[in-house]
Amino acid sequence: MNYIAAIGLEVHVQLKTRSKMFCACPNAYGAPPNTHTCPTCLGLPGALPAMNEEALRMTVLTGLMLDCDIADVSKFDRKNYFYPDLAKNYQISQYDAPLCTNGRVPLHDVAYPQDAQTAIATSGKTVNLVRIHLEEDVAKSFHFETTTGIDFNRAGTPLMEIVSQPEIASPDEAFAYLTSLKQILICGGISDADMEKGQLRCDCNVSVRAATQAELGAKVEIKNMNSISGVRRALRFEIERQIALLESGATIQQETRGWNDDAGETFLMRSKESAHDYRYFPDPDLLPIATHALLADVRARVPELPAAKRMRFVEQYGVSGYDAGVLTHDLAVAAYFERAAEHSPKPKSVANWILNDLQSALSAAGISVGDCPIPPEALEELVGLIDAGRISGKQAKEVFAEMFETSRPAGVIVKERGLEQVSDVAAIEALCDNAIAANPKPAADYRAGNAASLNFLTGQVMKLSKGKANPQIVTEILTRKLKE
Amino acid sequence: MAETTDLDVAYVARLARLQVSDDERRTFQAQLGDVLRYAAKLAEVNVQDVEAAAHAVPMFNVFREDRPRDWFTADEALQNAPRSANDLFIVTKVVE
Repeated sequence: MNYIAAIGLEVHVQLKTRSKMFCACPNAYGAPPNTHTCPTCLGLPGALPAMNEEALRMTVLTGLMLDCDIADVSKFDRKNYFYPDLAKNYQISQYDAPLCTNGRVPLHDVAYPQDAQTAIATSGKTVNLVRIHLEEDVAKSFHFETTTGIDFNRAGTPLMEIVSQPEIASPDEAFAYLTSLKQILICGGISDADMEKGQLRCDCNVSVRAATQAELGAKVEIKNMNSISGVRRALRFEIERQIALLESGATIQQETRGWNDDAGETFLMRSKESAHDYRYFPDPDLLPIATHALLADVRARVPELPAAKRMRFVEQYGVSGYDAGVLTHDLAVAAYFERAAEHSPKPKSVANWILNDLQSALSAAGISVGDCPIPPEALEELVGLIDAGRISGKQAKEVFAEMFETSRPAGVIVKERGLEQVSDVAAIEALCDNAIAANPKPAADYRAGNAASLNFLTGQVMKLSKGKANPQIVTEILTRKLKE
Repeated sequence: MAETTDLDVAYVARLARLQVSDDERRTFQAQLGDVLRYAAKLAEVNVQDVEAAAHAVPMFNVFREDRPRDWFTADEALQNAPRSANDLFIVTKVVE
């Protein structure tokens, strides 16, 4: 039997604000434990929350970037449950009036895993969203042998939750969804969205059903993935597990499972019976939000999104759609390209140098484009030298390698190494005359119809010029002279 | 009277992590039922022309600027902690 999977993702994003969501403690990672705390985020009696306006703006901005409907009026609710990482015994969250609803994430081909880019099932797919809401993050727990230690530095920091429709059809699409979403979040300055640092966290809801069945199968939630490729692996495992269960005639239970990346498998965390009852109600300490007061300001902050940037790169610089996708995949690479291509008459060549030589040199050296030893203007100069015929493509590779190593400008290196190609026709003519005079036999052979002899003579001229003559011009002159 | 409310005291007690005896459960069922009936009087008011609101005052957008400040040191934060070690609050081991 054929089976199909339906995947919905709940993505939690840490916002890059300077202070926490409901108090002014710093929102910063890596401080000594419990030093970013105050009565509010420790849940001490009588402490009152006060909303961080910037966190609201960032959430609305995310909503605008993802084409959501922005609520006219929104509010915060209390989600009640007991857990030591939550000092108040409730989390301030949003229940029935989230800041954003609907919206969509477009999946670009380059966002798929590299080994899956040649076989994308639905190219150009968009995944619809259910909602985006804002809440407070909880404290961080450290589990020891017999006890648990709690650090409240993260408690109360702004956390945005983006919920997708269960429209993702495969682990590869989930990967593309997260990669595309991450790119947009970085682009808007919302978050650095690094999963390994916990800045972006993802829960997957996955169900499998027979291809002939219309309604969704029982939903299994998977937690604990800490990388985008981990999400892909977990989903692959879980879909196979569920198909095997269905094949054996068993039914799938609604449950929550964890992902063990080392073992490469999911494990049961809790079944449906212990599902929570959160008793949501409006937080009486916080007044509702009328978003019109935020919108004008936030609209002005909507950046050029990756999809628009790709289209512009194709139009403005004449690069291919695929190259535009790779160039805009990383915002820093896109900015580097624009600075190098801005004044270059050959933006396509600039793109090729970035996509091939520069990218592989960077990855070999293990550094990001932000720390690239070759400034964009220097790469533009190198491409200009090739374009003007002053150095050959082969020589350019040498120059590039030295530029990468020493950060010195292309022009200086070319001069120092005496690499400059000689395109001076008079000088080359003299060298050609010498070569023909010194090699009468190959010259005669060529005149007798042996075309290969021309290569030999070209080689001789190149030798005389110490490799500096422009080989194209040499061949032209030799051909002309031998026909005289 | 108490049976007219749909309050399940045993369930709410479980959610609130409270242990109540059967006697207490019956007492609270009656008492909380009276409280709920008292509040239910509000349902008798005609609110046809009143717009729904989550708050009593028509007030919106009380915001704080995103400017951080320091408050507690770790020692101060841990002053009320029954147990602490290495600047962390220590609790009975919990693993979800």
